[in-house]
This record gives sequence, C-alpha cells and structure tokens, in this order.
Amino acid sequence: MYVAVKGGETAIENAHAWLAEERRGATDIDELSIAQIREQLGLAVNRVMAEGSLYDPDLAALAIKQSRGDLIEAIFLIRAYRTTLPRFGYSKPVKTDEMACDRRISATFKDAPGGQVLGPTFDYTHRLLDFKLAAEGEVPAAPTAQPRTEATPHITEFLKGEDIIQDEPASDTTPGDLTREPMEFPSNRPLRLQSLTRGDEGFVLGMAYSTQRGYARNHAFVGELRIGKVAVEMDIPELGFAIDIGEIELTECETVNQFKGSKTEPPQFTRGYGLVFGQSERKSIAMALVDRALRWEELGEDNLGAPAQDEEFVLSHADNIQATGFLEHIKLPHYVDFQSELELVRKLRREAEERMQPKEAAE
Amino acid sequence: MNEYNFAYLDEQTKRMIRRAILKALAVPGYQVPFASREMPMPYGWGTGGVQVSAATLTPEDTFKVIDQGADDTTNAVSIRKFFENTAGVKTTEETEKATVIQTRHRTPEAKLRKDQIIVYQVPIPEPLRFLEPRETETRKMHSLEEYGLMHVKLYEDISQHGAISTAYAYPVKVSDRYVMDPSPIPKFDNPKLEMDAIQLFGAGREQRIYAVPPHTKVVSLDFEDYPFEATKADHPCDLCGAEDSYLDEVIMDDAGNRMFVCSDTDYCRSRREAGHVGRLAEENAA
Repeated sequence: MYVAVKGGETAIENAHAWLAEERRGATDIDELSIAQIREQLGLAVNRVMAEGSLYDPDLAALAIKQSRGDLIEAIFLIRAYRTTLPRFGYSKPVKTDEMACDRRISATFKDAPGGQVLGPTFDYTHRLLDFKLAAEGEVPAAPTAQPRTEATPHITEFLKGEDIIQDEPASDTTPGDLTREPMEFPSNRPLRLQSLTRGDEGFVLGMAYSTQRGYARNHAFVGELRIGKVAVEMDIPELGFAIDIGEIELTECETVNQFKGSKTEPPQFTRGYGLVFGQSERKSIAMALVDRALRWEELGEDNLGAPAQDEEFVLSHADNIQATGFLEHIKLPHYVDFQSELELVRKLRREAEERMQPKEAAE
Repeated sequence: MNEYNFAYLDEQTKRMIRRAILKALAVPGYQVPFASREMPMPYGWGTGGVQVSAATLTPEDTFKVIDQGADDTTNAVSIRKFFENTAGVKTTEETEKATVIQTRHRTPEAKLRKDQIIVYQVPIPEPLRFLEPRETETRKMHSLEEYGLMHVKLYEDISQHGAISTAYAYPVKVSDRYVMDPSPIPKFDNPKLEMDAIQLFGAGREQRIYAVPPHTKVVSLDFEDYPFEATKADHPCDLCGAEDSYLDEVIMDDAGNRMFVCSDTDYCRSRREAGHVGRLAEENAA
C-alpha cells in the first residue's frame, strides 16, 4: 500500500546536521578562524563584499566559512543579511582622487604625476605552483618606501585640457538605488553601474570579453587602474558638518576608448568606468568595458545588436543571486506541472495516432 | 528569532509591499513593480510569495503553506517554519482553518471564503514572456491591450497539435482587460480563479505583484470552436475516491504500476476522515 511521502521536516533537519558536519571537515584538522580567512583569503573576501554589496571583511569571512568556500552562497548570506539593516543615511561621494593608492598603473602614459605603482599584483608572477607553500607560508618582509603623501590626480584629468576626451560633467542629481526601487527599463547610467559593480564577476567578465572579440568592439586602453583606501564621509545633521566614519578599500578603473565620432559627437576618446569594493581588478576592468558598451545610445553610436550593448539583457542577467536561485529552483518538486504535461502529451499522441490510422488503412 | 521584526521584514518594507498590493487589487491582473528584497531563501523558491505573506500576515492569522497541493513537501515545510520562527503565527494544514494560505502550483480544492487570502508564488509573472523576452516590449503590449501574439500562439498550437498545448500556467484574461499568468497551476485549477477570497500573486526575482480581487471575472483564453477545457487524469483518487480533484500519478513498483492520489493532501485527508474510501485504501485498512 502506498503511503504519501511524509517527514519532510525531519529530513530537512538531518540534512542540515550533515551539512554542518561536512562543513567542519575532519576534526583532527584545525578549524579555520574568521581572522585567517579575512587575512589569507583576502581576494575571496573582497569578491563577497563587492557582490554582496556590503563592506565588512569580518562578515564576508564568516560567510565564506559558513558556505564552505562557495562564494555565491557566501554572497547570498551577505545579501540576505544586508537587507535587514536599517538605512541611517547616505555618505558623501567618496573622493577617489584622494585615494591612498597601494597600486596605480596607467597603460596610456609611460609616466605621469604620481607615477606607476605596481603594488601587490599577480601580474608578473610566473604561474608556477610554489611547493614551498605547502610546507610553510612564512615570508620575509617586503621592502618598504616612503609613501606618497600628496593626492594622486586621475590620468584622465591630463587629457581633459586638450578637450580630446569626452567630458563627464559633474552632477548633484541623487542617483536611484536599485536595492530600494524596482528595476525598470530603459534604466540610466547610475543604476547600470550599481548593477555591474554587484554583478557576477564571471558574467561581467564574459560580457566584457565579448566586446573585445568583436561583439560591439570598442578598443579600450586602461587609462588608469588604482587600488587603495578612501575615507567615507557622512553629514551628521546634529553636528551640521560631515565627519569621517571610516575608510574602505576600492578598485577604480577608467578606460579610454577609441571613438571615431558619430552623428552627434565629434571624434574624441570616450570612457568606461569601473568601481568595486576591495582589490577586485579583473572585475573593475570588466565593468568599465561593459559600461562603455552600454553607452552606445548616449554617444550616438549604432546599435549592433551585440549582447553587451543590450541594457535589458545585461542588467537582467548580471545578478548571480537571482540567477542561481532561479536556476536551482528546478530542483523543487514540479510534479503537478509534470502531471499536466504528461496528460497533455498522452492526449496529443492519442490524437496523432488516430489521425495516422485512417491514412494507413487507405494505403 | 527575536532579533528580526514581526514576519522578518521591517515595517517600511512591508508598507512598500502593501502599497503595491493595494494597487494590484485596484487594477486586477496588472503587474505592479515593487522593490523586492533579498530574502533568506533563494530567488525562485517563493521569495515573492513570502514577501506578500509577510506584508499580509497579522499576529492573529492562521497560516497554511502548500507546495504541489501538499503541506509536507520540503519547501512548504521550510516556508511554514520560517513564519513560525519569525512571526510566531499559528499554522495549520487545514484549508478551512487558515486565514492566509501561501501556495505553489495549486489552488486548493475546497472553496475559499471571503475572509481568506491566498498568496501564489510566481516564477515568471509575464504571460507574454516566452513570446517576447523583452520587458520593455511586453509592458507596451499590455498597455495597448495588444494580445494578438498570444492568440496567434494558441492558434498555432491548434493547427500543429490539434489542441492548445498549454497544460499549466494557462493564460487568463482578468476583468476583460489584462492577460495574466495564473502562476504554474494546472489548467484544471483555472475555473477556481473566480472566487470569494482575495488572490495575491508575488514574483520576487522579477519584482512584480499582481492580484485578482474577490468575484472578479477570470476567463481562460480559448476559441469558440476550441473551448477551454479543465483537464485532469481520468481516474478517481485511489485513497479517497474523489472524482473532482486534481490527481498526482505515483509509480508504485518496478513493474510500473501506477496509482492516482489527490494532489491536495488536506482535501484527501478530510474526505477519508469523512468515510470516503478509494480503490486502494481498503487494503490499507485491512
């Protein structure tokens, strides 16, 4: 006799218990601490902060630990936590031209005020597995120098004098907030940038790469890439002035793109912009390329029908929390739908057979 | 979970959702955009329904959750537990006793009353989505009441297959105006959409809420010569003998023997308690 499947509740509890055990792994191996993850898996922490849209290295490290290193799962934990936080207000725009740069490079000028600073980069490492690390990870202290104290100007500022690069006029318009208003299309650049900076790194990378390979090709130079800390200031109404409430690490990328001019714009260099929490170079460069591709309309370019030019396509599919949720929901029971499809297919087959039969008889 | 507000969402968010619900009730079948929040369960797993339920529930409510018609499917269990923890509301498996019912893929068999609210989880709220992927286009089509594409699709089904080949999420026209996706309920449930209770539809990932107020005209799209037909498996329930309920087909053994049972577990249980007996239920009693 058939008994309906019961006990979903116990099954769920047991699954959670097993999951917790798997997460811990073999108990004769030391447990990871939050501080270890934060200090030694810093780039994973950065990605979780960037796509989770919450700057908190300790919580990001906790999320990575809890998610067994599944970064999308960690991002999800951070997002779900973030939505429960009340909004006290908004900071003033951060001043990236006053950034204390750990790294600052330009691919367009050999040298510029502020210099080229490589910083802690993988760029010129040879990707050879370092078996010494398997034994012990202690390293000698890196050489140090006197840090630059004055502000490092943006590279694009130097092009501005010649009027050879598209101007980005400053605006005091309050940008929309995609976490507080439903996304509607056509959107606008602030919302596009918000969507891209929290978008999935792999998706944004793929979109950017597609523009390099010819789908709305727009040859980009990295005008400047800078990584460092900036102060966050906020107006405190009770005080009547702004104070520093902390500092955050950011990666900023400005691309300079070839542009032959259009019906509405003269030939000049155009720009793409990327700004991401933490040291997230690949993401910020990719973001700048996609930003530039999405600006075709404002620059009077042709719509080539390329995926990276299509705002609705890019923004609707960039969020990995939306994507993974919907993708994985097909694991949920669908037997009611499936049953109705079963009956329909049976009915259509019956009817098709009936239609076939008289024909065969006549032959 | 006292660290969270009643029913998890903060009051500001609930107010925003309630405004969307009121607008949705005022314009039946119209998809109202709302600033959907990230919930602690994944998008696609009922976040829209959960947000609508959270904005609808009061401490006095009695809450029921079903998935595929059943109270004990894993995701229904998980959502019910979420509200037990965050809202502390009473929960029930009895349709009769519930004041708010959240559902995925079914409308209960029992007739709902005017003091009840049913909340549907919706994956893709746009009935025209698979004909036109762009939201900018489909919104235009709705505003112009331009539904020709949908009729062409239904016509093409008939010309190719001899029948409309949509078995669930069968499109309806609400109050002679908006074409609406009733969520992936089997088309068997479509006639029940004209009811005494308030019906709310929440799509979290797609950021849309829509509604069918009580006693609103809901017509399943069809043609005069190919009228809509609410179909189900041509069997009675093997447990309770019901002839009027939607059935799940269950494979019983390696020989591929099947049985058919009510998908609405509460309906089946209450019928059996009232003494109704199906083909295979007697063996059990013996």
